[in-house]
Amino acid sequence: MQTIQYREAIREAMEEEMRLDDRVFLMGEEVAQYNGAYKVSQGMLDEFGPRRIVDSPISETGFSGLGIGAAMYGLRPIIEFMSWSFCLVAADQIINNAPKMLYMSGGQFGCPAVFRGNNGAGGQLGSTHSWCVESMFASVPGLKLAVPSTPRDAKGLLKTAIRDADPVFNLESERMLGLGARGDKDFSRYIKDTWAPPTTKQDEDFTIPFGVADIKKPGADVTIVAAGRPVHFALDAAEELEKEGIDCEVIDPRTYRPLDIDTIVKSVRKTNYCVVVDQSWPFASVGSEIAAQVYEHAMDDLDNKVIRVNNDDIPAPYNRTLEQEMLPNTKKIIDAVRAVTYSA
Amino acid sequence: MTPATTEDTVTTQTSNNPPKDKLVDMLYQMMLIRRFEERTMQAYQQAKIGGFCHIYIGQEATAVGAVAALVHDDPIITAYRDHGHALARGMHPNYCMAEMYGKVTGCAKGKGGSMHMFDKANHMYGGHAIVGGQCPLGVGLAFAIQYEKKNNVAVCFFGDGAINQGAFHEAMNLAAIWNLPILFVVENNGYSMGTAISRGTAAADNLGAKAAAYGMRYAECDGMDVLDTYNVFKREGDLSRGSTSDQLGLEQKGGGPCFINARTYRYQGHSMSDPQKYRSKDEVNDKKDKDCINTLVGHLIDNKLATQQQIDELDKKAKQASRDAIDYAEKSPDLPMSEMFTDVYAEPYGPPYVKGGMPKMITDNNSGE
Repeated sequence: MQTIQYREAIREAMEEEMRLDDRVFLMGEEVAQYNGAYKVSQGMLDEFGPRRIVDSPISETGFSGLGIGAAMYGLRPIIEFMSWSFCLVAADQIINNAPKMLYMSGGQFGCPAVFRGNNGAGGQLGSTHSWCVESMFASVPGLKLAVPSTPRDAKGLLKTAIRDADPVFNLESERMLGLGARGDKDFSRYIKDTWAPPTTKQDEDFTIPFGVADIKKPGADVTIVAAGRPVHFALDAAEELEKEGIDCEVIDPRTYRPLDIDTIVKSVRKTNYCVVVDQSWPFASVGSEIAAQVYEHAMDDLDNKVIRVNNDDIPAPYNRTLEQEMLPNTKKIIDAVRAVTYSA
Repeated sequence: MTPATTEDTVTTQTSNNPPKDKLVDMLYQMMLIRRFEERTMQAYQQAKIGGFCHIYIGQEATAVGAVAALVHDDPIITAYRDHGHALARGMHPNYCMAEMYGKVTGCAKGKGGSMHMFDKANHMYGGHAIVGGQCPLGVGLAFAIQYEKKNNVAVCFFGDGAINQGAFHEAMNLAAIWNLPILFVVENNGYSMGTAISRGTAAADNLGAKAAAYGMRYAECDGMDVLDTYNVFKREGDLSRGSTSDQLGLEQKGGGPCFINARTYRYQGHSMSDPQKYRSKDEVNDKKDKDCINTLVGHLIDNKLATQQQIDELDKKAKQASRDAIDYAEKSPDLPMSEMFTDVYAEPYGPPYVKGGMPKMITDNNSGE
């Protein structure tokens, strides 16, 4: 198995697209001379130079707005947020300007920009640095939202994002950047073909379309829907539940907007039980939306209510034990699956 | 990096006035904006136009003088008081009025309204309705010009209220560190809505200090004098045009960004619903004595560049074009329900989103449709 790291997959996606299209540039804090705060853009300054790999000052409103203006002019910016937690000071730019420009201008000016960076809890960063923004942003029409969970998805989805004519928010995770590096549990017994990107010369053409869910683990007894980092919690839970004789199907939507509800519903029709996992807060979350859509489409196929597993409804605590407990972790998913399948 | 403001960077009247034909055209542009907006106010009062509507009357010389000093593909971007910029940029008045009527023949098919005038063909990157929100976008236009190594300059207009927003500061800072080809233009009409600039802006009587804080050139112009405005924009635009930065891997050249303080005045309220209790009628009348159209008319007559009869003809033409714009908007079809879900995404993106076509753009050559 290829041991490409998640961060390397993101880098490869950017490098390949930048080689193909001179309009693509990367801008963000410490992306160039520092080689990336998380080493995602390591070496890119050497290849592409300071015109295309641009260190910005700590100025999220400024440089995210710059990206939108440049995209309106015809460039293809990749704007890196060191953390999505820092995008909040740029909210007017990224949710008021980027996704509405095409509509407000009657189709004249779009915003083919990618905004990407780490989303969700890192390691004991406290509440201001631990935002999960998917639920907040998924409700905004005009933008697209990708949440890759594996190196393969990270590369394929980001390449699609860069080529896309609309603004795309790509939510990565500090906790996943090293995936694939240290002999992490990669669940390749389930997903042999879908862990790492292809290594052949056709890499440049490898993309993953938006709005196509991936069955990360096939199963017969219960459907677990999870995207991004919680996919790994769900696979861990599935492994544990296998020992109890519960065969979980783990569905990864990969993009929340557009959402491939059909694949989710098809799975629920087969298993008749559904647990929805997402790492944002429970109230009005993407998980709530998926649960609602499952009810709308498959009410008669459900043999129990849908159970949601979220971050707990609190600001992220600094304390390590509490922080781990807050997450939609493996234990919570196991409990939810047992409950939903009446196995508790 | 350019030196901070010094006395001699502040504008002094120069005599590089545009040739006669251009002056006459500039007068017509100002007359058109005024007559057009008089019609706009009537239509608003008749509830033909909805939402918020901000009238530019009094400030015409700023947009007209600035745009006249640019080349056509220099991108401009502005705030929500944007009808004047759109018309000065060459948007057909029919197209502008139809937008306010919410008609499919409007510049944004009736999806944007008064505050969101976009015109790609005329390099008008929009009216933007969140105060200061367009400043970083303007920087993006300038960045793209530099990135593509083009010999253009971006112009970012905003009101004096925007100076107090964080976006303004970040935009000025980015433009300065990367020596971007951009003119930041404060259309300083003295009030952000009902708040006098001295109540809301520190050092309001010394805006040059704002530019100095970024090591940026500073210029002032009389925004109610179209010739002064033209000359300042010509001079500063040429200094900024095509600027590049060694920080972005290019040879450092050009004067970089400039902050221009265009002192002007709006005769009408902030928006159509403003009772204007924050200023006196005397103040408004004093400013009207310096009216931009009268000043240019005086210049043309005094210098025998036009006759009163020619000027009357121009005004007649502006009035007719404004009446025609109303007729066109009235007769145009509404934005159909089928356009509800178009232009949300660029490409077809599952139901219910479908990509819609653009209505035919109207130009001077086919406006009789």
